[in-house]
Order: sequence, then C-alpha cells, then structure tokens
Amino acid sequence: MIYLILLLVFGLIMIIMAFTAIHHKNLQVAVIASGIISLLASVVYVFLAAPDVAITEASIGSALTVVIFFYVLNKIRRSNDQE
Amino acid sequence: MINTLLSVSLLFIALSFILIIIRFLIGTTVADRIIALDVLTVSSIGMLVILARMFDRVIYLDVAVVYGILSFIGVIVMAKYMEKSL
Amino acid sequence: MDYLALIGSVLTLIGTIFMFLAALGLLRMPDVYNRIQAGTKASTLGSVLTLLGIGLIQPDWLLKIGLLIIFILLSNPVSSHVLGRAAHHKKVPMSPKTVLDHLTEDQTSTKN
Repeated sequence: MIYLILLLVFGLIMIIMAFTAIHHKNLQVAVIASGIISLLASVVYVFLAAPDVAITEASIGSALTVVIFFYVLNKIRRSNDQE
Repeated sequence: MINTLLSVSLLFIALSFILIIIRFLIGTTVADRIIALDVLTVSSIGMLVILARMFDRVIYLDVAVVYGILSFIGVIVMAKYMEKSL
Repeated sequence: MDYLALIGSVLTLIGTIFMFLAALGLLRMPDVYNRIQAGTKASTLGSVLTLLGIGLIQPDWLLKIGLLIIFILLSNPVSSHVLGRAAHHKKVPMSPKTVLDHLTEDQTSTKN
C-alpha cells in the first residue's frame, strides 16, 4: 500500500517537472527540472527492483547530461558577450 | 514494529519531497531552485538506504553511493556557471 | 539484539523528521541565504541520523554506510558554501531584516 502511494507521488512530481521543463522561459531552470526528472526516475527504478538500471540512469541522466548542458550554455553566453 | 516505524519514515520523506517541489515551483531566483535540487538529493539518498533495509538487498546501497558522488559534481558545476568562472 | 534494532528504527524516524523540518524551513524562510542555512544544515543532520539508524538495524552493512556518512559530511557543507558565494557574487537581494554583511565590507575595504 505504501509503495503504491509513493509511486503515485513520484509519477505526479515527474509529470509536473516535465511541464516545467517544456514551458519555462529560463533555460537553467529547464535543465535543473530535467535533472530532477532523472533523479526521481532512478528512485522509481529502485522500487521496481532494477538497481543496475538505476545506477546507469543516475550517472548519465542526472550528472553527465546536466554538466554537458551547462558547458554548452557557458559557450553560448561567452560567444554572445564577444559580439 | 520496525517495519511500521520505517514506513512512517518513508511517508515523512515523501511529504518533504512535496514541500521541496512547491519551493521549486514558486522559487523566485535560480539559486532557490539549485538549493531545492541539493536538499532533494540528500533526501533521496536517505530514502534509498531505507528501501535497501525494507527490501533486504545490499546492492541498493551502491546506488546511493553513486548518486551522492555524482550530484555533488552537478551542484558545483551549476554554482560555477552562476559565478561566471566555469 | 532486538533492542539495538528498536533503537535504530527510532533513530531513523528522528532523522526523517529532521529532513521534513529542513523542507519546511526551505519553504518558509524569507531569503536565499536563510534557505541555504536551514536546508543544508538540517538535512545533513537528518541524513546522518537516518544512515546511523539503518546501520544499527543491519550491523553487517556498517562499512558501506560509514563511507556514505563520511562522504555526506565532507561534500554537503562545501556545496552550500559554494552556492552562497555564487549567490552573493550575482547580487541576489537580501531580506530587509538583514543586519550584517561581512563579505561586502571585506571586498570594499580591500579595493580601497
């Protein structure tokens, strides 16, 4: 019963974060929202008894993707400053 | 008895998730949202360790260790981007 | 042996209550710097208490849990410090009740 309640809460939060990532004006907020989606997806994979998929999701979706997105945003900001 | 106390602990962590998401949605600056991500990470590490006890499998602790190391790098990169010194 | 598990589960409950209080402080505080203060310190204490409780329930896992506790105690204050410094560098506005700002005083005194 408690697992069902927790899974419903996580699914609701993931849907809200997906709408935020699509519709928000600020790009940093959208990237952080996609990181939160990946975090909660990792916890849901642990609930569904798949710890190897959870490790892969945590390392790629929540760390590597966010770092690469911020690197690219930094490049764009620097090229805009030079012009 | 022990399982009841751990279930109540899981409910408290779910309530704190909801409060942190409300702060993320109404937060006025970007710094508020990065703090919300940091606190959410630490809470999810606690939740993963409690789940490892309730399912009685030791390999779930490895997910918590990997998550702790990698989210620290993410928060440092976001703060360096805000400070314009990445 | 059973008493040890009971003490561990009560410690876990206290730790999660501290995490809930951290989230409440994150929602109620008026300012970015107060939110850093409330969120990071209370969540560090809560997570360390939770991990210690689980380690008392299952004493076989105590090595890995000790590694996790050491890592949280090292990394969480560092990230909060970096966030506070970045927010101050970006000039995020403080709440009107603020009475003291040592970092701005130090920067202006070293420039002159």
